[in-house]
Amino acid sequence: MTKRDDPKNSEKQKKEEKTRALGRRDFVKLVGSTTAAISAGVLGSAGVLTEEASASVASAEGIIGPGAVPIVLRINGEKKSLTVEPRVTLLDALRDRLDLTGAKKVCDRGTCGACTVIVNNKAVYSCTTLAIDVAENIGSGADIRTIESLAPEGQLHPVSAAFVDNDAQQCGFCTPGFVMACKAYLDQHPHPTYEEVQHALGGNLCRCGTYMGVRHATVEAANKMRRGA
Amino acid sequence: MADYHWPEAGKRSLIGKRISRLDGPWKASGRVKYSYDVQLPGLLQGKMLCAPYAKATIKSIDTSAAEKMPGVKAVDVIWAAGKEVLWSGQEIAAVAAETEEQARDAVRAIRVEYEPLPHFVSDVEPEKAGADNSKQTAEQTQGDPDAGFKSADVTHEGHYGVPVITHCCLESHGQVTAWDGDHLTVYASTQSVTANVDGFATGLGIPAASVKILTPVMGGGFGSKFPVDTWGLSCARMAKKAGRPVKMMLERDQELMIAGARPSMHARVKIGAKKDGTITAWSSDSWGTGGIRAGGAPTLPYVFRIPVSRTRHTAVLTNIGPIRAWRAPNHPQMAVITMAALDDTAAKLGMDPVQFFLKNIDLTGKLAPVYSAELAKGAELIDWKKKWHPRGDKTPGPIKRGVGVSMHTWGGGGHASNCATTVRPDGSVDVSLASQDLGTGTRTVIAIVAAETLGLPLEAIKVNIGDSSYPPSGGSGGSTTVGGVSSSTRRAATNALNELLEKIAPSLGAKADDLEAVGGRIQVKGNPAKALAWKQACAKLGATPITGQGQTTADIISSGVGGVQMAEVSVDVETGVVKMEKMVAVQDCGLIMDLKTAESQVYGAMIMGVCYALYEEKIMDQQTGRCLNPDMEFYKLAGIGDIGELVVHMMTGAGYDERGPIGLGEPPTVSPGAVISNAVANAIGVRVPELPLTPERVLAALEKGGTA
Amino acid sequence: MQAFEYARPKSLAAALGLLGSAWGETEILAGGTDLLSLMKNYVVTPKRVVDIKGLELGSAGQDARGGFTIRATTTFDQLLQDKTIHDQFNALAQAAAGVSSPQIRNMGTAGGDLCQRPRCWYYRNGFGLLALDKAGKSLVPGGENKYHAILGNEGPAYFVNPSSLAPALIALGAKVRMTGPQGTREVALSDFFVIPKSETEREHAIRPDEILTEIVIPDTSKGLRSATYEVRQKEALDWPLATASVALKMKGSNVESATIVLGHIAPIPWQAKEASAWLAGKTLSEDSAAKAGEAAVRGAKPLSQNAYKVQLARVAVKRALVAAMRKGV
Repeated sequence: MTKRDDPKNSEKQKKEEKTRALGRRDFVKLVGSTTAAISAGVLGSAGVLTEEASASVASAEGIIGPGAVPIVLRINGEKKSLTVEPRVTLLDALRDRLDLTGAKKVCDRGTCGACTVIVNNKAVYSCTTLAIDVAENIGSGADIRTIESLAPEGQLHPVSAAFVDNDAQQCGFCTPGFVMACKAYLDQHPHPTYEEVQHALGGNLCRCGTYMGVRHATVEAANKMRRGA
Repeated sequence: MADYHWPEAGKRSLIGKRISRLDGPWKASGRVKYSYDVQLPGLLQGKMLCAPYAKATIKSIDTSAAEKMPGVKAVDVIWAAGKEVLWSGQEIAAVAAETEEQARDAVRAIRVEYEPLPHFVSDVEPEKAGADNSKQTAEQTQGDPDAGFKSADVTHEGHYGVPVITHCCLESHGQVTAWDGDHLTVYASTQSVTANVDGFATGLGIPAASVKILTPVMGGGFGSKFPVDTWGLSCARMAKKAGRPVKMMLERDQELMIAGARPSMHARVKIGAKKDGTITAWSSDSWGTGGIRAGGAPTLPYVFRIPVSRTRHTAVLTNIGPIRAWRAPNHPQMAVITMAALDDTAAKLGMDPVQFFLKNIDLTGKLAPVYSAELAKGAELIDWKKKWHPRGDKTPGPIKRGVGVSMHTWGGGGHASNCATTVRPDGSVDVSLASQDLGTGTRTVIAIVAAETLGLPLEAIKVNIGDSSYPPSGGSGGSTTVGGVSSSTRRAATNALNELLEKIAPSLGAKADDLEAVGGRIQVKGNPAKALAWKQACAKLGATPITGQGQTTADIISSGVGGVQMAEVSVDVETGVVKMEKMVAVQDCGLIMDLKTAESQVYGAMIMGVCYALYEEKIMDQQTGRCLNPDMEFYKLAGIGDIGELVVHMMTGAGYDERGPIGLGEPPTVSPGAVISNAVANAIGVRVPELPLTPERVLAALEKGGTA
Repeated sequence: MQAFEYARPKSLAAALGLLGSAWGETEILAGGTDLLSLMKNYVVTPKRVVDIKGLELGSAGQDARGGFTIRATTTFDQLLQDKTIHDQFNALAQAAAGVSSPQIRNMGTAGGDLCQRPRCWYYRNGFGLLALDKAGKSLVPGGENKYHAILGNEGPAYFVNPSSLAPALIALGAKVRMTGPQGTREVALSDFFVIPKSETEREHAIRPDEILTEIVIPDTSKGLRSATYEVRQKEALDWPLATASVALKMKGSNVESATIVLGHIAPIPWQAKEASAWLAGKTLSEDSAAKAGEAAVRGAKPLSQNAYKVQLARVAVKRALVAAMRKGV
């Protein structure tokens, strides 16, 4: 992890470049205190579902729903319980029910990559994944990682840091999806060329036009990750 | 005392340097909350019902079933029975429910009876559209065009065009609305925090003082996110009705159908020129559609003000959904028409288009020296002399390469902006203005200006934007934001500084006039030995902070920029697939505030340009009146592998910096369509008249003649 | 998306017990990349969704019955990791690689690719599979048809088959296994796709109560020279405008027999039989490849906006043959 405030870790940055770390706390001040309070409320209600509850979810034939059922998702290393209808996508479960809004809803049809999360070490579109499908008590019980898991608040994962340094973002709405696609790729391919980066990120779209920065950021992040930054 | 003028080149510690955007870490960590991400206690989800017909009368609307659906807390009719629907996707009604799924179910339970009426959605020439669907909006003659054409050695006639495209903001339009008694807070994805106050107040009939707009970040606007829109007002009405906050963001298909389009523009052009390249006359008969209302007329020809000309423009009226400003309104279309026609004229003359442009450079007016310098720089960066060849790459094999050039201009200036810069006794500095950062780097520019002015590091400045309770600032459009906020911030920070200097002058045994703020100190000019550290200086304020106010003034900003772009493409003449190889942008924008984000603006504009040059088109079906590609699968955008190599060169230094900052959002978006079209013509030896340059259009053009 | 009940059976028998006997009632969920979009657009509105990702469908790899078997739930990514496919079935590997989104490759399955529904924009926007107007006439010929069929388009179906893998698999002689209440049947993949004649017909020869379990490539296809060429406008995720897959049995530089299959140009993966027959006995060269391309599109009847696809199909065939010639295997 790269701590943005630590000058020791700002190697390779051009002298004149200045980056300022702004954590969530600064943001909350900007918009008032409501956001923080709510997140705590939503997340606080999550607990671990008991065995009895999960057993009662399905009928004898194994049919679940169409009404809401309790599910358990293994997200960012923690078990999260929530109650959703089978039709709820993983993206909507993350965003609407768990306040994990890093994954964005853009095309909502598996085309643009803004909703990318990492499931069992693979980048997937959470908008075309049913939450129930990856639930521990019903579906595959997959290991789900969202961008919020990459680094503690106030710190940046090397991929995120490289996106900042290379200005690989403008409005930033596609950025978390790119970061996650990039991270999943670099975990498997630590020595990418620019050419390979273009293939690796072919499932993500940006509207502001940040691809030049993304290319550089991906290669720079690979270097940092290899060095264990 | 400090004055408002920008520091000399040698004295700038931050301005013009490569500085990472301040909001970068928020965004790249996924932790920042956009409007789409806002969660509030009891938040309801809103969804809209949109009309399936391009034209119809609403006979009745029955929301009773929807109101009884599970989870539904409010239903709002936007467009009442008896009214006419004028485009497919038009907003009819909305529902707020506990979950998105329930809201969608309820929307589908609303029963609307329509009487469909004949519609027209085809982007065709006025002759085909018919008198009912077209309206001539301008006709102008300058000089004697007949004589001009008669005196020409060569005349070229051609047809060029650009279709309707959409904005396709990644964060769709929408907002969260929350009432506290009679006070409304809107988390709006808007380009205009300040003006949205009035938009909601007027639209809802409540005092402006009761409305607060919050937009700390937003996911793209490109000109389409100024008004509060029907969905904003409907969202607020439902929140009021339900007594709970409501989020209503457009679904992607709605975003593409109704939340903004760029008008099409097509033209038949005739140009006369002498053998030496001197242009003698221009005539153009242009048309285009911007929906149900006739928009303005283009100013043709573009950049080159040919004194002998005849122009006519006709608006084609269609039921396609409303147009909105799209990054540099009209300019990309005018550039395609003008630069492609000029390029074809140069080809007919057997001239290198760069030479042809230079031959006529005086027609560009006072920017002529800028363009000349930029043409030289661009040619160098793309290796024009080596890569340019007469029309049609004669290399064997199906892959043909070519280069193209185009020029553009834009105004800029500064919108009305008010800034308050507060220096507190503890040394902290707040800079507040009700502006917004669209991803352009506005927040960072404000911090740079304040820090530079106060001689402080960037980290010492707290920028407060995206909140309507700060001093009013203009909407971000027309590349006026950097001019507005940098001048208001410069003045506010300077005023605050001068007040501080007055206060502490006695303790330094000097006159305020002899003091300066540099390197985190207040010192006697040029004498670091006679100094107070910033914090020490501020401590002398006692208990009272200082607030400097500043407003936009024209003296330290400017407008009117020129840019040149050049592109190299390869075209597979067997498949018609065009690939970007390289594109070079040489751009003037006065005094650059942040080189890094400025370059990003240009890269982004070039990539958006690749999108509309090669891929984007809103497909309307005349039979059903519907948009057939309201998705991101067939409304195609370039991916990371589709853009080739991009090179940006900013014109800076003497001759540019003195003008002060000029906005950069629009100008570099203008030329890509023209430059890519010209490069394709150079590669394959024939003009592909209409954008986007898809395989079917390229192959159709090749069939009419070319190198294949 | 309409609400539905969900089941994730653990056995094939249990899964079959959950399927209905009529289309529209139940849908099978695998990767979800197509089904969820269809449901979000209300193009399909099943009451029940049966997730088959929990099933072990047959056995993967070499099959005792003489063939290389791919489970229906195998992802594109897994296909691309497979050594046999990489070494022996070039056309298939190239077809899988053409899906240029890693996310789709990680989610999308081979069976889902074969069973996915057309991308025709009239269909996706709710005008029905055949896009029929009130008079029962298709909207396509008089409408926006630049991405529609140029072959097999006598109507009323004008959509193009969207499968990325089918042309390559058909060229390699693949069969599919389907299991239903009456047991398991094996069908040549070329017979799996049908051109529907009415709105109630399906474009796949699978019954609503059957599950496609495996794809089998016969051992005899090992050693064929095969290749796939896609004409795609974008490098990033994009639907091809035309593709061709070829598989050639060679005798030196002579073609002993050829199978040429076109994709994205007809309502089914289109077997260019005339071209395949013509190529047999010919020396493989750029010239013969080009002539085979000509033969492949001889019967094409373009619609108002898609004549260019005839050229793209012709070039795809030529380039696939040239690729097979150069790359071998």
